[in-house]
Amino acid sequence: MAKIELTRGPFIKNALKSRYPQLAVFVIMLVGYIFAILAGLTGTPVGSRNFSIVFVWIAWWAILILVAVPFFGRGWCAVCPIPLPGEWLQRGSVLAPHDKRPKWLNLRVPKIFRNIWLQNISFLLLALFSSVLLTSPNITGIVLAVMLFGAIGLSTIFERRAFCRYLCPVGGFIGLYSQTAPIELRIKDKQVCATCEGKPCYNGSQAGYGCPWDVFPGGLTRNTYCGLCMECIRTCPHDNIAINLRPFSADLAKPSTRLDEAFKAFIMLGSAMIYAGVLLGPWGVLKDAAYNVGTNAWFIYAVIFLAIIFVILPGLFTLGILQTKSILPLKRRFASLATALIPIGLMFWVAFSLSFVLTNASYILAALSDPMGLGWNLFGTANAAWQPMLTSVLAPAQTLALVGGLIWSARTAQKAANEVKVSSIPVIVYCLIATLVMLWLLL
Amino acid sequence: MRTRLFLLLFVMAGLVVAFAPLPVPAATPQAQTFRMEAGQFAYSPSELHVNPGDTVTIQLVSTDVVHGLYVDGYDISIEADPGQTMTLTFVADKPGSFRFRCNVTCGAMHPFMIGKLTVGTNNLLFRSVGLVALAVMGVIISIKQKT
Repeated sequence: MAKIELTRGPFIKNALKSRYPQLAVFVIMLVGYIFAILAGLTGTPVGSRNFSIVFVWIAWWAILILVAVPFFGRGWCAVCPIPLPGEWLQRGSVLAPHDKRPKWLNLRVPKIFRNIWLQNISFLLLALFSSVLLTSPNITGIVLAVMLFGAIGLSTIFERRAFCRYLCPVGGFIGLYSQTAPIELRIKDKQVCATCEGKPCYNGSQAGYGCPWDVFPGGLTRNTYCGLCMECIRTCPHDNIAINLRPFSADLAKPSTRLDEAFKAFIMLGSAMIYAGVLLGPWGVLKDAAYNVGTNAWFIYAVIFLAIIFVILPGLFTLGILQTKSILPLKRRFASLATALIPIGLMFWVAFSLSFVLTNASYILAALSDPMGLGWNLFGTANAAWQPMLTSVLAPAQTLALVGGLIWSARTAQKAANEVKVSSIPVIVYCLIATLVMLWLLL
Repeated sequence: MRTRLFLLLFVMAGLVVAFAPLPVPAATPQAQTFRMEAGQFAYSPSELHVNPGDTVTIQLVSTDVVHGLYVDGYDISIEADPGQTMTLTFVADKPGSFRFRCNVTCGAMHPFMIGKLTVGTNNLLFRSVGLVALAVMGVIISIKQKT
Protein backbone atom coordinates (compact mmCIF):
# COMPACT_ATOMS: atom_id res chain seq x y z
CA MET A 1 0.00 0.00 0.00
CA ALA A 2 1.40 3.37 -1.00
CA LYS A 3 1.40 6.29 1.38
CA ILE A 4 -1.43 8.78 1.17
CA GLU A 5 -0.58 12.36 2.09
CA LEU A 6 -3.36 13.61 4.33
CA THR A 7 -2.03 17.17 4.38
CA ARG A 8 -2.44 17.52 0.62
CA GLY A 9 -5.98 18.77 1.18
CA PRO A 10 -6.14 22.43 2.20
CA PHE A 11 -8.69 21.81 4.95
CA ILE A 12 -6.48 19.45 6.97
CA LYS A 13 -3.32 21.42 6.25
CA ASN A 14 -4.85 24.73 7.32
CA ALA A 15 -6.39 23.16 10.41
CA LEU A 16 -2.95 21.85 11.43
CA LYS A 17 -1.08 25.04 10.54
CA SER A 18 -3.39 27.24 12.53
CA ARG A 19 -2.71 27.21 16.27
CA TYR A 20 -6.30 27.87 17.26
CA PRO A 21 -7.92 24.42 16.73
CA GLN A 22 -5.10 22.76 18.68
CA LEU A 23 -5.28 25.43 21.39
CA ALA A 24 -9.03 24.84 21.75
CA VAL A 25 -8.45 21.11 22.30
CA PHE A 26 -5.52 21.83 24.62
CA VAL A 27 -7.63 24.12 26.80
CA ILE A 28 -10.42 21.54 27.10
CA MET A 29 -7.87 18.85 27.96
CA LEU A 30 -6.11 21.07 30.48
CA VAL A 31 -9.38 21.94 32.20
CA GLY A 32 -10.26 18.22 32.33
CA TYR A 33 -6.80 17.38 33.66
CA ILE A 34 -6.91 19.98 36.42
CA PHE A 35 -10.44 18.87 37.30
CA ALA A 36 -9.17 15.28 37.54
CA ILE A 37 -6.49 16.43 39.99
CA LEU A 38 -9.03 18.34 42.08
CA ALA A 39 -11.54 15.47 42.01
CA GLY A 40 -8.82 13.05 43.04
CA LEU A 41 -7.62 15.19 45.93
CA THR A 42 -10.94 16.50 47.21
CA GLY A 43 -13.65 14.18 45.87
CA THR A 44 -15.02 10.92 47.22
CA PRO A 45 -12.43 8.27 48.11
CA VAL A 46 -14.62 5.69 46.36
CA GLY A 47 -12.74 5.13 43.10
CA SER A 48 -15.70 3.96 41.03
CA ARG A 49 -17.54 7.20 41.90
CA ASN A 50 -14.66 9.62 41.38
CA PHE A 51 -13.97 11.45 38.10
CA SER A 52 -10.21 11.04 38.47
CA ILE A 53 -10.34 7.24 38.53
CA VAL A 54 -13.24 6.74 36.12
CA PHE A 55 -12.15 9.26 33.51
CA VAL A 56 -8.42 8.68 33.72
CA TRP A 57 -8.15 4.92 34.19
CA ILE A 58 -11.29 3.80 32.36
CA ALA A 59 -12.32 6.43 29.76
CA TRP A 60 -8.92 7.91 28.88
CA TRP A 61 -7.15 4.57 29.09
CA ALA A 62 -9.72 2.94 26.78
CA ILE A 63 -9.37 5.71 24.20
CA LEU A 64 -5.58 5.66 24.48
CA ILE A 65 -4.87 1.95 24.19
CA LEU A 66 -7.79 0.82 22.03
CA VAL A 67 -7.96 3.73 19.58
CA ALA A 68 -5.34 6.48 19.89
CA VAL A 69 -2.13 4.44 20.00
CA PRO A 70 -3.04 1.70 17.47
CA PHE A 71 -4.50 4.11 14.92
CA PHE A 72 -2.93 7.51 15.61
CA GLY A 73 0.40 6.62 17.23
CA ARG A 74 1.43 9.66 19.22
CA GLY A 75 -1.93 11.30 18.52
CA TRP A 76 -2.51 11.61 22.26
CA CYS A 77 0.78 13.50 22.69
CA ALA A 78 -0.51 16.00 20.11
CA VAL A 79 -3.28 17.05 22.52
CA CYS A 80 -1.82 16.08 25.92
CA PRO A 81 -2.19 18.97 28.38
CA ILE A 82 0.69 18.00 30.70
CA PRO A 83 3.49 19.97 28.96
CA LEU A 84 1.34 23.04 28.26
CA PRO A 85 1.75 25.26 31.34
CA GLY A 86 5.50 24.56 31.38
CA GLU A 87 5.80 25.26 27.70
CA TRP A 88 3.84 28.52 27.96
CA LEU A 89 6.10 29.56 30.84
CA GLN A 90 9.23 28.51 28.94
CA ARG A 91 8.20 30.49 25.86
CA GLY A 92 6.65 33.40 27.68
CA SER A 93 3.80 33.07 25.24
CA VAL A 94 0.69 30.98 24.66
CA LEU A 95 0.44 31.26 20.90
CA ALA A 96 2.78 32.80 18.33
CA PRO A 97 6.50 33.20 19.02
CA HIS A 98 7.06 36.92 19.41
CA ASP A 99 10.37 36.71 21.20
CA LYS A 100 12.89 33.89 20.84
CA ARG A 101 15.12 34.85 23.76
CA PRO A 102 15.15 32.11 26.41
CA LYS A 103 13.12 33.04 29.49
CA TRP A 104 14.64 30.44 31.79
CA LEU A 105 17.78 28.34 32.08
CA ASN A 106 17.20 26.67 28.71
CA LEU A 107 19.84 23.99 29.34
CA ARG A 108 20.37 21.02 27.11
CA VAL A 109 19.43 17.70 28.74
CA PRO A 110 22.70 15.92 29.68
CA LYS A 111 23.68 13.28 27.17
CA ILE A 112 23.51 10.47 29.72
CA PHE A 113 19.76 11.06 30.02
CA ARG A 114 19.05 11.38 26.31
CA ASN A 115 17.41 7.97 26.01
CA ILE A 116 14.28 6.35 27.42
CA TRP A 117 15.78 4.69 30.49
CA LEU A 118 14.24 7.38 32.73
CA GLN A 119 10.88 6.72 31.07
CA ASN A 120 11.36 3.00 31.67
CA ILE A 121 12.04 3.70 35.34
CA SER A 122 9.16 6.16 35.74
CA PHE A 123 6.75 3.66 34.15
CA LEU A 124 7.98 0.86 36.42
CA LEU A 125 7.60 3.09 39.48
CA LEU A 126 3.96 3.65 38.62
CA ALA A 127 3.52 0.00 37.63
CA LEU A 128 4.71 -1.26 41.00
CA PHE A 129 2.11 0.90 42.73
CA SER A 130 -0.55 0.43 40.07
CA SER A 131 -3.07 -1.40 42.25
CA VAL A 132 -3.18 1.61 44.58
CA LEU A 133 -2.90 4.13 41.76
CA LEU A 134 -5.78 2.60 39.76
CA THR A 135 -8.13 2.46 42.72
CA SER A 136 -7.31 5.42 45.01
CA PRO A 137 -8.48 8.84 43.78
CA ASN A 138 -6.09 10.78 46.03
CA ILE A 139 -3.07 8.85 44.76
CA THR A 140 -4.19 9.38 41.17
CA GLY A 141 -4.65 13.10 41.93
CA ILE A 142 -1.16 13.31 43.44
CA VAL A 143 0.47 11.49 40.51
CA LEU A 144 -1.32 13.71 37.97
CA ALA A 145 -0.23 16.81 39.89
CA VAL A 146 3.37 15.58 40.17
CA MET A 147 3.46 15.02 36.40
CA LEU A 148 2.07 18.49 35.71
CA PHE A 149 4.45 20.26 38.09
CA GLY A 150 7.33 18.02 37.06
CA ALA A 151 6.80 19.10 33.46
CA ILE A 152 6.66 22.76 34.54
CA GLY A 153 9.85 22.39 36.58
CA LEU A 154 11.77 20.69 33.78
CA SER A 155 10.59 23.35 31.31
CA THR A 156 12.23 26.03 33.41
CA ILE A 157 15.53 24.14 33.57
CA PHE A 158 15.86 22.42 30.22
CA GLU A 159 15.10 23.47 26.68
CA ARG A 160 12.11 22.11 24.73
CA ARG A 161 9.82 19.39 26.16
CA ALA A 162 12.33 17.54 28.33
CA PHE A 163 9.55 15.93 30.39
CA CYS A 164 7.72 14.49 27.38
CA ARG A 165 10.86 13.32 25.66
CA TYR A 166 12.80 11.82 28.56
CA LEU A 167 10.63 11.33 31.64
CA CYS A 168 6.91 10.89 30.90
CA PRO A 169 5.96 7.32 31.91
CA VAL A 170 3.14 7.26 29.36
CA GLY A 171 5.06 8.87 26.51
CA GLY A 172 7.66 6.11 26.58
CA PHE A 173 5.30 3.32 25.67
CA ILE A 174 3.21 5.49 23.34
CA GLY A 175 6.43 6.15 21.43
CA LEU A 176 7.27 2.46 21.29
CA TYR A 177 3.84 1.42 20.03
CA SER A 178 3.40 4.46 17.75
CA GLN A 179 5.69 2.67 15.33
CA THR A 180 2.83 0.31 14.54
CA ALA A 181 0.35 3.11 13.73
CA PRO A 182 -0.81 3.84 10.18
CA ILE A 183 -0.04 7.56 10.60
CA GLU A 184 3.30 9.31 10.29
CA LEU A 185 4.81 12.78 10.04
CA ARG A 186 7.62 12.83 7.50
CA ILE A 187 9.37 15.15 5.10
CA LYS A 188 8.41 15.02 1.44
CA ASP A 189 11.82 15.61 -0.15
CA LYS A 190 15.15 15.02 1.61
CA GLN A 191 17.02 17.31 -0.76
CA VAL A 192 14.86 20.26 0.27
CA CYS A 193 15.83 19.74 3.93
CA ALA A 194 19.50 19.26 3.07
CA THR A 195 19.67 22.64 1.38
CA CYS A 196 17.31 24.49 3.73
CA GLU A 197 19.05 27.39 5.45
CA GLY A 198 18.68 27.83 9.19
CA LYS A 199 16.63 24.65 9.60
CA PRO A 200 13.66 26.53 11.11
CA CYS A 201 11.85 23.24 11.80
CA TYR A 202 14.50 22.50 14.43
CA ASN A 203 15.64 26.00 15.40
CA GLY A 204 12.36 27.89 15.12
CA SER A 205 11.45 31.03 13.21
CA GLN A 206 8.90 33.83 13.22
CA ALA A 207 6.38 31.25 12.02
CA GLY A 208 6.78 28.91 14.99
CA TYR A 209 8.97 27.17 17.51
CA GLY A 210 11.84 24.76 16.89
CA CYS A 211 10.84 21.14 17.38
CA PRO A 212 9.71 20.83 21.04
CA TRP A 213 10.65 17.13 20.91
CA ASP A 214 14.26 17.87 19.96
CA VAL A 215 13.92 16.05 16.67
CA PHE A 216 15.16 17.24 13.29
CA PRO A 217 12.21 16.33 11.05
CA GLY A 218 14.52 15.93 8.07
CA GLY A 219 16.01 12.87 9.76
CA LEU A 220 12.76 11.26 10.89
CA THR A 221 12.52 7.58 10.01
CA ARG A 222 10.37 6.38 12.91
CA ASN A 223 7.40 7.70 14.87
CA THR A 224 9.01 6.97 18.26
CA TYR A 225 10.13 10.47 19.17
CA CYS A 226 7.87 12.67 17.05
CA GLY A 227 5.14 14.07 19.29
CA LEU A 228 2.93 15.19 16.38
CA CYS A 229 2.87 18.70 17.84
CA MET A 230 2.66 20.04 14.25
CA GLU A 231 5.17 22.82 14.96
CA CYS A 232 7.36 21.82 11.99
CA ILE A 233 4.38 22.03 9.64
CA ARG A 234 4.08 25.65 10.75
CA THR A 235 7.75 26.51 10.51
CA CYS A 236 8.79 24.75 7.30
CA PRO A 237 9.23 27.50 4.71
CA HIS A 238 9.17 24.97 1.85
CA ASP A 239 5.94 23.16 2.68
CA ASN A 240 8.04 20.02 2.89
CA ILE A 241 6.36 18.31 5.88
CA ALA A 242 3.47 15.91 5.43
CA ILE A 243 1.18 13.77 7.53
CA ASN A 244 0.84 10.45 5.74
CA LEU A 245 -1.47 7.49 5.96
CA ARG A 246 0.66 4.39 5.60
CA PRO A 247 0.53 0.60 6.22
CA PHE A 248 0.44 -0.56 9.84
CA SER A 249 3.83 -1.09 11.53
CA ALA A 250 5.82 0.43 8.67
CA ASP A 251 8.50 1.61 11.13
CA LEU A 252 9.17 -1.93 12.34
CA ALA A 253 10.66 -2.99 9.00
CA LYS A 254 13.87 -1.34 10.19
CA PRO A 255 14.45 -2.76 13.69
CA SER A 256 15.82 -0.68 16.55
CA THR A 257 19.37 -1.19 17.78
CA ARG A 258 18.87 0.45 21.16
CA LEU A 259 18.80 -1.44 24.45
CA ASP A 260 16.59 1.14 26.19
CA GLU A 261 13.90 0.59 23.54
CA ALA A 262 14.35 -3.19 23.68
CA PHE A 263 13.82 -3.16 27.44
CA LYS A 264 10.79 -0.92 27.01
CA ALA A 265 9.30 -3.73 24.90
CA PHE A 266 9.99 -6.25 27.69
CA ILE A 267 8.63 -3.90 30.36
CA MET A 268 5.37 -3.46 28.47
CA LEU A 269 5.02 -7.14 27.59
CA GLY A 270 5.74 -8.26 31.14
CA SER A 271 3.50 -5.64 32.75
CA ALA A 272 0.53 -6.66 30.60
CA MET A 273 0.99 -10.31 31.59
CA ILE A 274 1.45 -9.50 35.29
CA TYR A 275 -1.62 -7.24 35.34
CA ALA A 276 -3.70 -9.90 33.58
CA GLY A 277 -2.77 -12.36 36.33
CA VAL A 278 -2.92 -10.04 39.31
CA LEU A 279 -5.84 -7.75 38.48
CA LEU A 280 -8.05 -9.97 36.33
CA GLY A 281 -7.18 -13.37 37.75
CA PRO A 282 -9.02 -15.19 40.56
CA TRP A 283 -6.05 -15.19 42.96
CA GLY A 284 -6.82 -13.00 45.97
CA VAL A 285 -3.37 -13.42 47.49
CA LEU A 286 -1.80 -11.67 44.49
CA LYS A 287 -4.24 -8.76 44.71
CA ASP A 288 -3.52 -8.41 48.44
CA ALA A 289 0.21 -8.37 47.83
CA ALA A 290 -0.05 -5.81 45.02
CA TYR A 291 -2.35 -3.51 46.98
CA ASN A 292 -0.75 -3.53 50.43
CA VAL A 293 2.21 -1.32 49.61
CA GLY A 294 5.02 -1.47 52.15
CA THR A 295 4.18 -4.91 53.53
CA ASN A 296 6.45 -7.93 53.16
CA ALA A 297 4.01 -9.39 50.63
CA TRP A 298 4.26 -6.24 48.52
CA PHE A 299 8.07 -6.32 48.60
CA ILE A 300 7.99 -9.93 47.41
CA TYR A 301 5.50 -8.90 44.70
CA ALA A 302 7.76 -6.02 43.64
CA VAL A 303 10.83 -8.26 43.49
CA ILE A 304 8.95 -10.87 41.43
CA PHE A 305 7.53 -8.11 39.18
CA LEU A 306 11.00 -6.72 38.47
CA ALA A 307 12.52 -10.20 38.14
CA ILE A 308 9.96 -11.16 35.50
CA ILE A 309 10.64 -7.98 33.53
CA PHE A 310 14.41 -7.67 33.87
CA VAL A 311 15.53 -11.28 34.32
CA ILE A 312 13.03 -13.94 33.30
CA LEU A 313 11.56 -12.47 30.09
CA PRO A 314 14.81 -11.04 28.67
CA GLY A 315 16.72 -14.09 29.96
CA LEU A 316 14.51 -16.57 28.12
CA PHE A 317 14.63 -14.34 25.04
CA THR A 318 18.44 -14.28 25.18
CA LEU A 319 18.56 -18.05 25.59
CA GLY A 320 16.43 -18.33 22.47
CA ILE A 321 18.53 -16.03 20.31
CA LEU A 322 21.75 -17.63 21.57
CA GLN A 323 20.69 -20.57 19.41
CA THR A 324 20.97 -18.38 16.32
CA LYS A 325 24.30 -18.00 14.59
CA SER A 326 25.44 -14.55 13.57
CA ILE A 327 28.55 -12.45 13.27
CA LEU A 328 26.71 -9.59 14.99
CA PRO A 329 27.23 -9.13 18.73
CA LEU A 330 24.55 -10.55 21.01
CA LYS A 331 23.61 -7.06 22.26
CA ARG A 332 22.78 -5.94 18.72
CA ARG A 333 20.78 -9.08 17.97
CA PHE A 334 18.94 -8.74 21.28
CA ALA A 335 17.95 -5.13 20.59
CA SER A 336 16.94 -5.71 16.99
CA LEU A 337 15.00 -8.92 17.54
CA ALA A 338 13.14 -7.40 20.51
CA THR A 339 11.38 -5.23 17.90
CA ALA A 340 9.22 -8.30 17.28
CA LEU A 341 7.76 -7.92 20.78
CA ILE A 342 6.17 -4.57 19.92
CA PRO A 343 3.04 -5.82 18.10
CA ILE A 344 2.45 -8.65 20.55
CA GLY A 345 2.90 -6.27 23.48
CA LEU A 346 0.40 -3.81 22.05
CA MET A 347 -2.12 -6.60 21.48
CA PHE A 348 -1.57 -7.94 25.03
CA TRP A 349 -2.49 -4.48 26.31
CA VAL A 350 -5.51 -4.34 24.01
CA ALA A 351 -6.71 -7.75 25.26
CA PHE A 352 -6.12 -6.82 28.91
CA SER A 353 -7.76 -3.41 28.53
CA LEU A 354 -10.83 -4.80 26.74
CA SER A 355 -11.67 -6.82 29.83
CA PHE A 356 -10.96 -4.03 32.28
CA VAL A 357 -12.70 -1.32 30.26
CA LEU A 358 -15.82 -3.21 29.16
CA THR A 359 -16.44 -4.41 32.70
CA ASN A 360 -16.15 -0.96 34.23
CA ALA A 361 -17.30 1.39 31.46
CA SER A 362 -20.76 1.78 32.99
CA TYR A 363 -19.19 3.76 35.84
CA ILE A 364 -18.59 6.59 33.35
CA LEU A 365 -22.28 7.54 33.27
CA ALA A 366 -22.50 7.85 37.05
CA ALA A 367 -19.21 9.76 37.32
CA LEU A 368 -20.31 12.14 34.58
CA SER A 369 -23.31 13.22 36.63
CA ASP A 370 -21.55 13.20 39.98
CA PRO A 371 -17.83 13.61 39.25
CA MET A 372 -16.74 14.33 42.81
CA GLY A 373 -19.11 11.86 44.47
CA LEU A 374 -20.81 14.70 46.33
CA GLY A 375 -24.38 13.69 45.58
CA TRP A 376 -24.80 15.78 42.42
CA ASN A 377 -26.90 14.55 39.52
CA LEU A 378 -25.94 16.85 36.63
CA PHE A 379 -27.24 14.72 33.77
CA GLY A 380 -29.65 12.44 35.63
CA THR A 381 -27.30 9.45 35.40
CA ALA A 382 -25.75 9.59 38.87
CA ASN A 383 -27.56 6.44 39.92
CA ALA A 384 -26.87 4.46 36.77
CA ALA A 385 -26.40 0.84 37.79
CA TRP A 386 -23.12 -0.96 37.20
CA GLN A 387 -23.45 -3.34 34.31
CA PRO A 388 -20.63 -5.08 32.45
CA MET A 389 -20.77 -4.51 28.70
CA LEU A 390 -20.46 -7.02 25.85
CA THR A 391 -19.41 -9.91 28.09
CA SER A 392 -20.41 -12.43 25.41
CA VAL A 393 -17.97 -11.03 22.84
CA LEU A 394 -15.18 -10.17 25.25
CA ALA A 395 -13.33 -13.50 25.22
CA PRO A 396 -13.55 -13.99 21.42
CA ALA A 397 -12.35 -10.40 20.94
CA GLN A 398 -9.41 -11.03 23.28
CA THR A 399 -8.58 -14.23 21.39
CA LEU A 400 -8.63 -12.37 18.09
CA ALA A 401 -6.36 -9.66 19.48
CA LEU A 402 -3.87 -12.18 20.86
CA VAL A 403 -3.80 -14.43 17.79
CA GLY A 404 -3.58 -11.37 15.53
CA GLY A 405 -0.78 -9.97 17.68
CA LEU A 406 1.14 -13.24 17.43
CA ILE A 407 0.89 -13.34 13.63
CA TRP A 408 1.88 -9.66 13.48
CA SER A 409 4.87 -10.28 15.74
CA ALA A 410 5.92 -13.36 13.81
CA ARG A 411 5.98 -11.34 10.60
CA THR A 412 7.92 -8.58 12.36
CA ALA A 413 10.36 -11.16 13.76
CA GLN A 414 10.94 -12.41 10.25
CA LYS A 415 11.81 -8.89 9.02
CA ALA A 416 14.04 -8.16 12.04
CA ALA A 417 15.78 -11.51 11.66
CA ASN A 418 16.46 -10.78 7.99
CA GLU A 419 18.05 -7.47 8.99
CA VAL A 420 20.44 -9.12 11.46
CA LYS A 421 20.76 -12.23 9.30
CA VAL A 422 19.63 -14.84 11.83
CA SER A 423 16.75 -17.29 12.08
CA SER A 424 13.47 -15.85 13.33
CA ILE A 425 12.22 -19.19 14.69
CA PRO A 426 13.44 -18.73 18.33
CA VAL A 427 11.73 -15.33 18.51
CA ILE A 428 8.51 -16.72 17.03
CA VAL A 429 8.55 -19.59 19.54
CA TYR A 430 9.12 -17.05 22.33
CA CYS A 431 6.12 -15.03 21.16
CA LEU A 432 4.07 -18.24 20.92
CA ILE A 433 4.84 -19.17 24.53
CA ALA A 434 4.07 -15.64 25.77
CA THR A 435 0.75 -15.71 23.88
CA LEU A 436 -0.19 -19.10 25.35
CA VAL A 437 0.48 -17.76 28.86
CA MET A 438 -1.62 -14.67 28.15
CA LEU A 439 -4.47 -16.79 26.75
CA TRP A 440 -4.41 -18.93 29.88
CA LEU A 441 -4.48 -15.83 32.09
CA LEU A 442 -7.33 -14.12 30.28
CA LEU A 443 -9.65 -16.92 29.14
CA MET B 1 -0.82 -18.93 -6.74
CA ARG B 2 0.74 -21.46 -4.36
CA THR B 3 0.89 -18.84 -1.59
CA ARG B 4 -2.77 -17.99 -2.04
CA LEU B 5 -3.66 -21.68 -1.87
CA PHE B 6 -1.73 -22.03 1.39
CA LEU B 7 -3.41 -18.95 2.79
CA LEU B 8 -6.84 -20.31 1.84
CA LEU B 9 -6.01 -23.67 3.43
CA PHE B 10 -4.89 -22.02 6.65
CA VAL B 11 -7.94 -19.77 6.81
CA MET B 12 -10.20 -22.80 6.32
CA ALA B 13 -8.29 -24.77 8.94
CA GLY B 14 -8.61 -21.76 11.26
CA LEU B 15 -12.38 -21.65 10.75
CA VAL B 16 -12.60 -25.38 11.53
CA VAL B 17 -10.57 -24.92 14.73
CA ALA B 18 -12.64 -21.91 15.74
CA PHE B 19 -16.14 -23.16 14.98
CA ALA B 20 -16.24 -26.97 14.52
CA PRO B 21 -18.66 -28.55 17.00
CA LEU B 22 -16.91 -30.55 19.69
CA PRO B 23 -18.22 -33.70 21.35
CA VAL B 24 -19.89 -32.92 24.66
CA PRO B 25 -19.01 -35.36 27.48
CA ALA B 26 -22.22 -37.06 28.53
CA ALA B 27 -22.15 -36.34 32.27
CA THR B 28 -25.44 -36.71 34.09
CA PRO B 29 -26.52 -33.31 35.42
CA GLN B 30 -26.13 -33.05 39.16
CA ALA B 31 -26.94 -30.57 41.87
CA GLN B 32 -23.76 -28.93 43.14
CA THR B 33 -23.62 -26.66 46.16
CA PHE B 34 -20.69 -24.39 47.02
CA ARG B 35 -20.23 -22.37 50.18
CA MET B 36 -18.30 -19.32 49.09
CA GLU B 37 -16.78 -16.76 51.43
CA ALA B 38 -16.40 -13.22 50.13
CA GLY B 39 -13.92 -10.87 51.82
CA GLN B 40 -11.97 -7.85 50.66
CA PHE B 41 -11.00 -8.53 47.82
CA ALA B 42 -11.30 -12.22 47.01
CA TYR B 43 -13.68 -15.15 46.96
CA SER B 44 -12.90 -18.46 48.60
CA PRO B 45 -13.05 -20.74 46.70
CA SER B 46 -12.20 -18.45 43.81
CA GLU B 47 -12.50 -21.08 41.09
CA LEU B 48 -15.53 -23.30 40.53
CA HIS B 49 -15.76 -26.25 38.13
CA VAL B 50 -19.15 -27.74 37.22
CA ASN B 51 -20.53 -29.83 34.39
CA PRO B 52 -22.91 -28.50 31.75
CA GLY B 53 -26.49 -28.90 32.90
CA ASP B 54 -25.61 -29.02 36.60
CA THR B 55 -27.85 -27.13 38.97
CA VAL B 56 -25.41 -24.89 40.81
CA THR B 57 -26.13 -23.39 44.19
CA ILE B 58 -23.74 -20.79 45.59
CA GLN B 59 -24.13 -19.89 49.24
CA LEU B 60 -22.42 -16.53 49.46
CA VAL B 61 -21.17 -15.53 52.91
CA SER B 62 -19.64 -12.11 53.38
CA THR B 63 -16.90 -11.99 55.99
CA ASP B 64 -16.41 -8.23 56.25
CA VAL B 65 -18.44 -5.65 54.30
CA VAL B 66 -21.34 -6.01 51.85
CA HIS B 67 -20.23 -8.03 48.85
CA GLY B 68 -21.99 -9.17 45.73
CA LEU B 69 -21.52 -11.85 43.13
CA TYR B 70 -22.28 -11.29 39.46
CA VAL B 71 -21.67 -14.06 36.93
CA ASP B 72 -20.53 -12.82 33.50
CA GLY B 73 -22.36 -14.48 30.62
CA TYR B 74 -25.20 -15.66 32.87
CA ASP B 75 -26.06 -12.11 33.91
CA ILE B 76 -27.25 -13.17 37.39
CA SER B 77 -26.27 -11.75 40.74
CA ILE B 78 -26.78 -11.71 44.50
CA GLU B 79 -25.65 -9.51 47.37
CA ALA B 80 -24.76 -10.54 50.89
CA ASP B 81 -24.53 -8.40 54.04
CA PRO B 82 -21.76 -9.22 56.51
CA GLY B 83 -22.48 -12.47 58.33
CA GLN B 84 -25.52 -13.14 56.18
CA THR B 85 -25.72 -16.07 53.77
CA MET B 86 -27.41 -15.47 50.44
CA THR B 87 -28.12 -18.21 47.96
CA LEU B 88 -27.90 -18.11 44.19
CA THR B 89 -29.17 -21.09 42.22
CA PHE B 90 -28.92 -21.50 38.46
CA VAL B 91 -28.62 -24.17 35.82
CA ALA B 92 -25.15 -24.10 34.25
CA ASP B 93 -26.49 -24.41 30.72
CA LYS B 94 -23.77 -22.35 28.99
CA PRO B 95 -20.46 -24.17 28.68
CA GLY B 96 -17.19 -22.32 28.90
CA SER B 97 -15.24 -20.16 31.29
CA PHE B 98 -16.83 -17.17 32.97
CA ARG B 99 -15.57 -14.58 35.40
CA PHE B 100 -17.68 -13.83 38.45
CA ARG B 101 -17.12 -10.57 40.23
CA CYS B 102 -18.28 -8.38 43.08
CA ASN B 103 -21.09 -6.07 42.00
CA VAL B 104 -21.30 -3.98 45.18
CA THR B 105 -18.62 -1.34 45.71
CA CYS B 106 -16.76 -2.91 48.62
CA GLY B 107 -13.49 -0.97 48.83
CA ALA B 108 -10.53 0.18 46.81
CA MET B 109 -9.78 -3.07 44.97
CA HIS B 110 -13.47 -3.80 44.34
CA PRO B 111 -13.17 -3.70 40.51
CA PHE B 112 -10.65 -6.52 40.71
CA MET B 113 -12.55 -8.82 43.11
CA ILE B 114 -12.89 -11.59 40.59
CA GLY B 115 -13.36 -15.37 40.51
CA LYS B 116 -13.69 -17.93 37.76
CA LEU B 117 -16.48 -20.38 36.91
CA THR B 118 -15.73 -23.14 34.41
CA VAL B 119 -18.69 -25.06 33.01
CA GLY B 120 -17.44 -28.27 31.37
CA THR B 121 -14.26 -27.70 29.46
CA ASN B 122 -12.90 -24.28 28.60
CA ASN B 123 -13.29 -24.90 24.88
CA LEU B 124 -12.47 -21.33 23.90
CA LEU B 125 -9.04 -21.69 25.49
CA PHE B 126 -8.37 -24.93 23.60
CA ARG B 127 -9.65 -23.46 20.35
CA SER B 128 -7.46 -20.41 20.91
CA VAL B 129 -4.43 -22.63 21.50
CA GLY B 130 -5.26 -24.41 18.25
CA LEU B 131 -5.55 -21.11 16.39
CA VAL B 132 -2.26 -19.90 17.83
CA ALA B 133 -0.50 -23.14 16.82
CA LEU B 134 -1.99 -22.91 13.35
CA ALA B 135 -0.96 -19.27 13.00
CA VAL B 136 2.63 -20.01 13.97
CA MET B 137 2.73 -23.02 11.66
CA GLY B 138 1.49 -20.84 8.81
CA VAL B 139 4.10 -18.17 9.41
CA ILE B 140 6.92 -20.69 9.72
CA ILE B 141 5.88 -22.44 6.49
CA SER B 142 5.77 -19.08 4.70
CA ILE B 143 9.28 -18.29 6.00
CA LYS B 144 10.59 -21.69 4.86
CA GLN B 145 9.04 -21.15 1.45
CA LYS B 146 10.82 -17.83 1.03
CA THR B 147 14.24 -19.13 2.11
